[in-house]
Amino acid sequence: MFGFIIQRLLATIPVLGMVAVFVFLMLRLTPGDPAAVLAGDNGSPEQVAEIRESLGLNEPLVVQLGIWIGNILQGDFGQSYFFKKDVAELILLRVEPTLALATTTLIFTIMVAVPIGVIAAYKHGTWIDRAVMAFSVAGFSIPVFVLGYILIYLFAMQIDLFPVQGYKSITDGFWPFLHRLILPSITLSVIYIALIARITRASVLEVLGEDYIRTAYAKGLTPNAVLLKHALRNAAVPIVTVIGIGIALLIGGVVVTESVYNIPGLGRLTVDAVLGRDYPTIQAIIMVFSFVYVMINLLVDLTYSLLDPRIRY
Amino acid sequence: MTDQTSTPPILEIDNLTVDLPDGNDRRHAVDGVSISVGPREIVCLVGESGSGKSVTAFSVMGLLPKGQLTPSGGAIRLMGENVLEASDERLRELRGARMSMIFQEPMTALNPTMTCGDQIEEVLTTHTSLDQAAREAKILDILEQVQLPDPPRMAASYPHQLSGGQRQRIMIAMALVLEPVLLIADEPTTALDVTTQEQILKLIKDIQRTHETAVLFITHDFGVVAEIADRVAVMQWGKVVEEGPAEAVLKRPHEPYTKMLIGAVPSFTPHGRAREAKAPVVLATDALCKTYGGGGFFQKARAVNAAQDVSIEVRRGETLGIVGESGSGKSTVARCIARLIDPTSGHIYLHNDDIAQASQTRLRALRRRVQIIFQDPYRSLNPRRTVGASIVEGPMNYGMGAKEAYERARSLMSLVRLDPGALDRFPHQFSGGQRQRICIARALAMEPDLLIADEAVSALDVSVQAQVLELLDDIRRRLDLAMLFITHDLRVAAQVCDTVAVMHRGRVVEYGEAAEVFGNPQHDYTRALFAAAPGRGFDFGSAAALAAG
Amino acid sequence: MTEGTENLVDSAASADAASRRATVWEQLVRNPSVMFGAIVLGLMVLMALCAPLLDTMDPSSIDPAWRNKNPGVEHLKTFSDGTEREWTYRMGTDTLGRDTYSRVIYGARVSLAVGIVVAVLSLAIGLVIGLVSGYIRWLDTIVMRVMDGLMAIPGILLAIALVSLADAGLVTVILAITIPEIPRVVRLVRSIVLSIREEPYVEAAISVGTRVPLILIRHVLPNTIAPLIVQGTYICASAILVEAILSFLGVGIPPETPTWGNIMAEGRLLFRVYPHNIMFPGIFLAITVLAVNMLGDGLRDTLDPRMRKRL
Repeated sequence: MFGFIIQRLLATIPVLGMVAVFVFLMLRLTPGDPAAVLAGDNGSPEQVAEIRESLGLNEPLVVQLGIWIGNILQGDFGQSYFFKKDVAELILLRVEPTLALATTTLIFTIMVAVPIGVIAAYKHGTWIDRAVMAFSVAGFSIPVFVLGYILIYLFAMQIDLFPVQGYKSITDGFWPFLHRLILPSITLSVIYIALIARITRASVLEVLGEDYIRTAYAKGLTPNAVLLKHALRNAAVPIVTVIGIGIALLIGGVVVTESVYNIPGLGRLTVDAVLGRDYPTIQAIIMVFSFVYVMINLLVDLTYSLLDPRIRY
Repeated sequence: MTDQTSTPPILEIDNLTVDLPDGNDRRHAVDGVSISVGPREIVCLVGESGSGKSVTAFSVMGLLPKGQLTPSGGAIRLMGENVLEASDERLRELRGARMSMIFQEPMTALNPTMTCGDQIEEVLTTHTSLDQAAREAKILDILEQVQLPDPPRMAASYPHQLSGGQRQRIMIAMALVLEPVLLIADEPTTALDVTTQEQILKLIKDIQRTHETAVLFITHDFGVVAEIADRVAVMQWGKVVEEGPAEAVLKRPHEPYTKMLIGAVPSFTPHGRAREAKAPVVLATDALCKTYGGGGFFQKARAVNAAQDVSIEVRRGETLGIVGESGSGKSTVARCIARLIDPTSGHIYLHNDDIAQASQTRLRALRRRVQIIFQDPYRSLNPRRTVGASIVEGPMNYGMGAKEAYERARSLMSLVRLDPGALDRFPHQFSGGQRQRICIARALAMEPDLLIADEAVSALDVSVQAQVLELLDDIRRRLDLAMLFITHDLRVAAQVCDTVAVMHRGRVVEYGEAAEVFGNPQHDYTRALFAAAPGRGFDFGSAAALAAG
Repeated sequence: MTEGTENLVDSAASADAASRRATVWEQLVRNPSVMFGAIVLGLMVLMALCAPLLDTMDPSSIDPAWRNKNPGVEHLKTFSDGTEREWTYRMGTDTLGRDTYSRVIYGARVSLAVGIVVAVLSLAIGLVIGLVSGYIRWLDTIVMRVMDGLMAIPGILLAIALVSLADAGLVTVILAITIPEIPRVVRLVRSIVLSIREEPYVEAAISVGTRVPLILIRHVLPNTIAPLIVQGTYICASAILVEAILSFLGVGIPPETPTWGNIMAEGRLLFRVYPHNIMFPGIFLAITVLAVNMLGDGLRDTLDPRMRKRL
């Protein structure tokens, strides 16, 4: 098992390396001289040359890539063009709201999606199944921000149940913190619930067609026992896999949701950075999100062995 | 056999009819079937695929797929109680406790995420109020009874850690732990190797005797019937066509269908036809080896020797059979010779060309001389292309014009006894046996010197199998082909082969004239293999001849 | 218990039942998802094509006197060509006094164009890469490493970053949405290639001497068509959404061009007072994406029943 973790950790290196190369090349493909941008409108040619030198921009591309990756490994993502600040510092300040939003969304999603998926599979072909599937197609189709505004309109403006926008840190008290996260979390979770409910239904349905389910019925088990003891456990691997893959969807949704609800997290930072053409920040955000995404999927891989005894490392 | 008049039957199927969904070629999957199974009796339900034998068995357990197959008439009485009228709850009480079932695929019939012990225990917790200790004792006891080594370890094992035979023993243990009065066995040995099959059949017989269980045994294999049955019911198209004591039905069948079925079972006696002594050697292999795996960077390097030092030869007009159980390496050898996989070392001589390491370019010129027919008739033809297009593909690859190629295809269709006008049809419009004939035609279109049949008749029903075997033999004779015949079925091998190579764990353990190998096997493994063949004491071919005469 | 015993029916049924199976076309016509999706989508396309005929005005014409009007307001309007007639703002106006109804109708053009072009582009590129890398071992390793790298970057994030590289415009947006979709198509095609090349009928083709390119075209390619059509509809739906998101965030197509995302971005500031600028384009967007998704689901169920398992 330990050997396997090491092996999988090593296997993420080429993936993240590939991400780094993409991100690096993207910056180099952009028009404009980063040194000129950093020097500002009033920068003299000498200042620009100085900055070029200090950033290593006169070195060959491969050397620059090496320097850049070396800096990232030391936690140095460079200077933000737009905020004129250390990018690493900038990101750290924005982590908490995003983490809070993502966590509540993830918990809410799993609590809702897996049960409705299982019920839909079990009630295959009935109106319950059709309702869950209809919800799932609708959930995929409604844009996150439209849903966000509909929820704000209904629950914050019409019946005043929640604050319209904004964020409060957990240090300001748990209830204010949670109160402001409820609507964003629901908004963000709808597409994710649609995805997980669908895969849960599909994989439980597939497992219900297996021979050992027939064996379980032949033993005289009740449908509930068959469903919970035999079907769900065997359906778990694809469900967990899609929960991992769906994190990408969640990250995309975070960007939009934070904009709609005015939450000062990494998503908002992304939009601000793109609007300000703040390439070092964009690079850093992509690297951070990709790293988190790859690591979560590594964790998912590791849980397989807990779920299925055939997978042993 | 028991006296039916004095003891009431355990299971009585009375005029059972099961409807098929609309849109099928017949209305009933099972049509007016009546069978009874007495105490301590094993009744075999025999039939080809689609005969309704499995549907009958599943009806008894109440496990028919809802909304697709519905019992519409008759009664199924278990100890006098009609299970067709039982509530769901009552059915659950009966299942696992009064009646149990074991299935064909021991690989898939057990839940892969639960230990074997837990799966047996589930039967006990569902149907009894025994405490933990009593349950454990009972599990170990039943594992002992099904003759599994080291019961505590078996109970703690997951299914994937056991062999196929061991899993089927677990299934039997699970089925019998509550001593049901009726055991339904649905082709329980079909997926197993012949030596394992022998052990499982013996176990079912032994345990049935000690527990006095009534057994309804579904099979397609008359060898198994001869081995295990007290009484036999033969099914065809949803109806029972003949029923009676095993001995009588097997030796003196009355109905033409039964006679045909029994007559189609290949005989165990080698044919012993005369052969041309000095025909030229078409194919020879020399120390052929194929090794799989061995060495990822992180994985433990575990190489598997699928084939080792295989040296065989086939002459023109002659059939060499390679027989062996699953994993013996027989298909690996066939696929190496057809160069679908690359051999690790050794030589493959086709006439005088060594093709073992031939480059793709050189290989292409040689390909047409070796053709192969596969096991699964449903996957061997591209479902999107007409059978004509499949047959002419080869000749046209080597520059033949379309008109000439189709001309050849038509004559080949006649050769394999299919309608030459059917070339523009698609594979799904043909039955399994017909598709296998089309595959033969496709292979012959290349005018090969060597024809490889890789389990080519294993997926076919026995009556169809007999026809395809006869066709292959006829073609070999007429075209003077060399044939390499891969099979796990010793009866089939005895019928078609001139020489036989027995493979075991990647090696050829015995190699010689068919008459010699079958008549006087030398190697221990060969003897064990022959001894395990079901119904070996029963010469079907001559029994049918007797019945017919 | 419902599906596991299905093979009982199969084995009990006859071989030629297959030949009596309804043709694919009949199945599609009978599938309510396909029909709903196709009809709604057809109407949207028709609407986009006929935008000038649907009693619209120039979607970019500004009228400072009639800013932020609620739906249904009427007034006598002077048009740019000098004519004057009674005009109803069916969906109200935005902060610049542009007619939201006309903008929504014209906006359909961009959304549909982006969806269709992205789907076709990513399928075509993914198909070629997937076919080739599925059959050429050494290339496969390199291609899959690159694809793994691309897939490790969350799709929308990558698209947002890509649009920031070049000048905002339709082409940039289309490319930025296409690139993150390609690895998924490559993986799909490759997995089909890998499974089909194990089929006995492909091995039979090899042993009758069919060359690799011909095997790919004749035996492998036809198996990719149905899954690709299905995948294409899902990509189309997601592309329409992503385009709207990019425009909404202000990083997509320039704000002068009427797109559903741009109309909503414009309506964000005054959403509390004038929700119509978000609601109307939002409804059109959601219905279009819903139609494409339902079309995809219906196609998947009829064309490729095995894919049900994947999602």
